[in-house]
Order: sequence, then C-alpha cells, then structure tokens
Amino acid sequence: MDRINPERTPIIKVENLVKKFGSFVADDNLTFNVYPGEIFGFLGANGAGKTTAIRMICGLLEPTSGRLEVAGYDGYHEREKIKRNIGYMSQKFSLYEDLTIYENIRLFAGIYGISRKVRLEKTDEMLKKLQLEESRNKLVGGLPLGWKQKLAFSLAIFHHPKVVFLDEPSGGVDPLTRRTFWDLINEAAHQGITIFVTTHYMDEAEYCDRVAIMSEGKIVALDTPAALKAKYQADSMDGVFLKIARNKE
Amino acid sequence: MNQLLGFIKKEFTHIFRDTRTMVILFGIPIIQLMLFGYVITTEIKDARIAILDHSNDNVTREIKNKILSSGYFLLEANLLQENEIDPIFKKGDVKQVIVFERNFAQRLEREGKANIQVIADASDPNTAQMLYNYTNGIVQDYTKKKYAGFTIPVQIKSEVRMLYNENMVGAFMFVPGTMALILMLISAMMTSITIAREKEMGTMEILLVSPLKAPHIILGKVAPYLLLSVIDAFVVVFLGNVVFGVPIRGSLFVLAFLVILYISMALSLGILISTVANSQQVAMFISGFALMLPTILLSGFIYPIENMPYALQILSNFMPPRWFIDALKQVMLKGNGLEYIWPNILILSAMTIFFLALSVKKFKLRLE
Repeated sequence: MDRINPERTPIIKVENLVKKFGSFVADDNLTFNVYPGEIFGFLGANGAGKTTAIRMICGLLEPTSGRLEVAGYDGYHEREKIKRNIGYMSQKFSLYEDLTIYENIRLFAGIYGISRKVRLEKTDEMLKKLQLEESRNKLVGGLPLGWKQKLAFSLAIFHHPKVVFLDEPSGGVDPLTRRTFWDLINEAAHQGITIFVTTHYMDEAEYCDRVAIMSEGKIVALDTPAALKAKYQADSMDGVFLKIARNKE
Repeated sequence: MNQLLGFIKKEFTHIFRDTRTMVILFGIPIIQLMLFGYVITTEIKDARIAILDHSNDNVTREIKNKILSSGYFLLEANLLQENEIDPIFKKGDVKQVIVFERNFAQRLEREGKANIQVIADASDPNTAQMLYNYTNGIVQDYTKKKYAGFTIPVQIKSEVRMLYNENMVGAFMFVPGTMALILMLISAMMTSITIAREKEMGTMEILLVSPLKAPHIILGKVAPYLLLSVIDAFVVVFLGNVVFGVPIRGSLFVLAFLVILYISMALSLGILISTVANSQQVAMFISGFALMLPTILLSGFIYPIENMPYALQILSNFMPPRWFIDALKQVMLKGNGLEYIWPNILILSAMTIFFLALSVKKFKLRLE
C-alpha cells in the first residue's frame, strides 16, 4: 500500500449522494472517500446502482442531492476543471471502430490538448507496450474485443488523468484476458493514477485496494478485501458477497 | 481550436469511409433530380384520344390536323356515333374524346359560332384538365389565325399566358422542390443520424466526459455536413440548368445566401431531432416522417398550396421548405433579389434561431 498517498487527502469525496429517477431511488445516501493512488472497487449485482453512481461522479448524471468533490473541484460548479483531470471508459466499448488505432489516438490526444511531440512519443510507447505496433494503421473495428478494451483503457489514461473511471471495463472477455487487463490497471495505479472501477466479477474485487459492496442503491460494506474476508469469515470475495446477500434476507 | 479541427477531421473520415453515407450524400441527389425531372413530369405527351366528327368538313379536318400534329395527342379511334363514347372510355386507353357538332363549318360561317365538345376521363383530374387546356389552346390558336382579318366577334376573349414558364416545363417546378427535399434529407436526416450513432455506440459518453464543450461537439458534427450540403446544392442547380434548362436569372450571391440559410435551418432541425432520438433508427424514422412528408406534400413542391383546404394552408406556413421553395423560384425564375425575398429570409432565419435555441436547451451535457 506504499503507493497510496500517506497524507490521505481524498481525491474523491462523496457525502450523502442521492440519485432518484422519479420515485425510484437508484442511489441512496452514498458516503465514501477515495484516496490518491488507490484502486477503489464498486462491487454489486446488476441494478445495484453502481453505474448510476460512477456516472454522477464523472459528471454524466446530475445528482439529486448530496456533496461531491473530485480532484479538489466541486462536482456541481467546477465540472470543466474536473473533466480535464479525469479519464473514463464505459461499459460499451467506446472507440471509433471506423477509425484506425492511430486516428483514435490522435483524436483523443487532440481533445485533451496534448501536443504533437508528446503525442508521438507516447503513442510509440503505448503501442509497444500493447504489442500493437504492427496494427497502428488498422481499423479498430477489426481488433479482438480483449485488445479493444486494452486500447480503450490506454486511451482513457493517455492524458495522465488524476482519476480514471472504469465502468465494468472487462465485460465479455475470458478470465485470462481479464488478468492481463488488470496488469495494465495495476501499472497505471503505480504511475499514480487513482482507479475507480465498477464490476460484478468477484475475482476482480480481489485486485482492489478497497471495495465498496452495493446492494439496492446502498453501500452495505466498505473495506479492504482482506478485512472483509476476515469479518465475514470467508476465504474469497465471492463468499463475502454471498454472506452479505444472505444476511440481508 | 485545435480540438475542434481534430474533431471535424474525424467527422469527415467517418463520412468518407462509409459507402452508405457517400451514396446518400452524392448519389441520391442526382438520382432524385433525374427522377423528378424526367419521370414525374407534368407535361403530357402522346395522350390517346378519340374523335367523333358529325360534320367532317374542311374546317373540322383542319382543326383535327392541328390537334393531332401538336405532339400532345395520338388518335386512337374515329368514332361514328355518340353511343361509342362510353365504351371507349371504359376500356381505359382513351383519355379524351373530341366531338364536333353537325354542320360545323356552315354554322361557323353563318352564325360565327360553332361548338366543339371535349369529354375527358377525369378519373385523373390533373391530366384531364391539362389535356383540355391543350385542346382549347389549339382551337383558339386556329380560330385566331384563320379569322385574323375578319371583324366577326371572337368567341372567347380570355387568353392565358404562362408567365415565367411559358412552355409549362415541369422541371422549373421540380428543380427548386427537389433541392428543398435533398437539402432537408442530407442536412437534417444525416446530422440527426450521425449524432444518434455516437449515442448508440457509446462514444458520446466519452465525448461528454472529455473537456470538449457542447457547442464544439455540435459544431464538429455539423460543419462537414454544411460544407457537403452546399456542394450538393450547387450540383443540383448546375444539373437543373444544364440538363433541364432551368434558368438562374437572379444573382448567384443571393442564391448562395438563401441556400446556406436553408441548410443551417435544416441542420438545426437535425440537431433538435438528435436530442430526442437515442438510436439511428429513431432518428431516421422521425426525420423521414416528420420532415420528408411535409416537405413533399405541404410545401407547394408538388401540390399547389392554393388548392389545399384552409387548415392545411395555415399549416403549410409552418413548413420551412415552403418559404425556401418560394424564394428559390423567385430568385431562379424571376430574377428577384433580396428586395423581394426578404420576408422569406426573415421567416427562415427566425425558424433557424428557434430550432437552435430549442436544441441548445435540450442538448444534455449530462446524459439523463
């Protein structure tokens, strides 16, 4: 845990955050902090309110009420500043399939105002790491899903944001590809990028520094995987999740 | 600024890489123009007619010759009796029967008046009216020439001259209409689809999370279509001029201004549609039904507004193509300038501002 900032000034501060759609409460009084350099996981079944929460925090959804602060900026009034400091990768694979790998890089680098020189350097470095140097001028649409996701992640952190939000980033790929995908996430965390990730894969929860477990719009548990396993006397996060679900009944 | 340029460049790449989009942008306008120009022509050639000549004298023969050599008519049958008329219409090929009364030449000479009865198959009223007009014109023309030196009273004094389109060339009417339709199709439909596609693919979320501002996103999506639509407009004007001989009597500058204004209006409509449509299908459906049909039916493109029921005439005032087509005809056919078309310009500008304001209000920086 030495990569986590010892000063413990939260990079994401959430207090009593609520989102209602009509009379349906999607997120009910969420309160938590995320610290710089952390890999913070949001765990829960489909429909538990994870995606709604991540969308509010990165500014795609207006919260109904509550306080929100990202990278030191207010979530209501300093959106533009927040946008410059975050990266985002959605559930849907979201690069332009009819553009080549390099064209996608050039577009997003341009949007984030990265200079040509830096772009060219980082592009080479990134493609080398992903072993995609040969495919530089190939259309993204033709890549296998696992590669697309790695590419999408690499682009989400291309401008070296303070926090990157990953909404179920590894859906639909096999466990082995998921493992290599998490190697990329770990590497980014070691470079000082805070990772906020939602998932419903229990094995992914094991990779997180801290995990918040969500159920029906509420956070029902929040701690390190080790502490959670000890508390619920389970030997895996899967077991923790099952026990929490059973306790509720 | 660089942000925006990169974004516009990307939009052009989407367009040029997609065969379907390219066909819609550059194939459809030409095909539509040709279709409207050639197929749905309002001129009638070689209409089949029958003649019942009770008189069969030198005057009726001369008139018949005139009619049959006009190019509008083909003689299907010479009838002998009244009771043959009904069956020949029922067979369906014959569109008009011309009946000359008995002692035609004699009556004309003695009384200065003789009757021709024109019976038309009005199951297609437009054709019937048109054929009648042709026939009447030929007969009038004949009487006028033949009795030019005489002082006998001329039977019908009214004379119709088709101003600005003396030969009633259909293309004069269809080229401006087609232009309104094509520009609406490309500008409104294509922009609404391209924005809806970003939503569908999930890339819109990425853009909304990025530092790109909403006006930049919209401008970036719309700018390429503005440019391509202007090119299309000039292709249509050029083809209309070269192929169908539609004149451009007004100033090219005014024409360009009018076209760009109309395109801007259609683009803002497209943006407005995209704020409510979350998928390409919905966008296509809305632009198809909400834009194409009124453009064709209520704008005066094919059906004259004056002939519509009062309620529809009122409704047609709210159709932007109506004002565009009217102004376009004024500029191209009459050579009118801004001093005549300023009301149209004003109305189109107001509509553009209205649609833009509404879409800016509705375009959500955050996804709901």
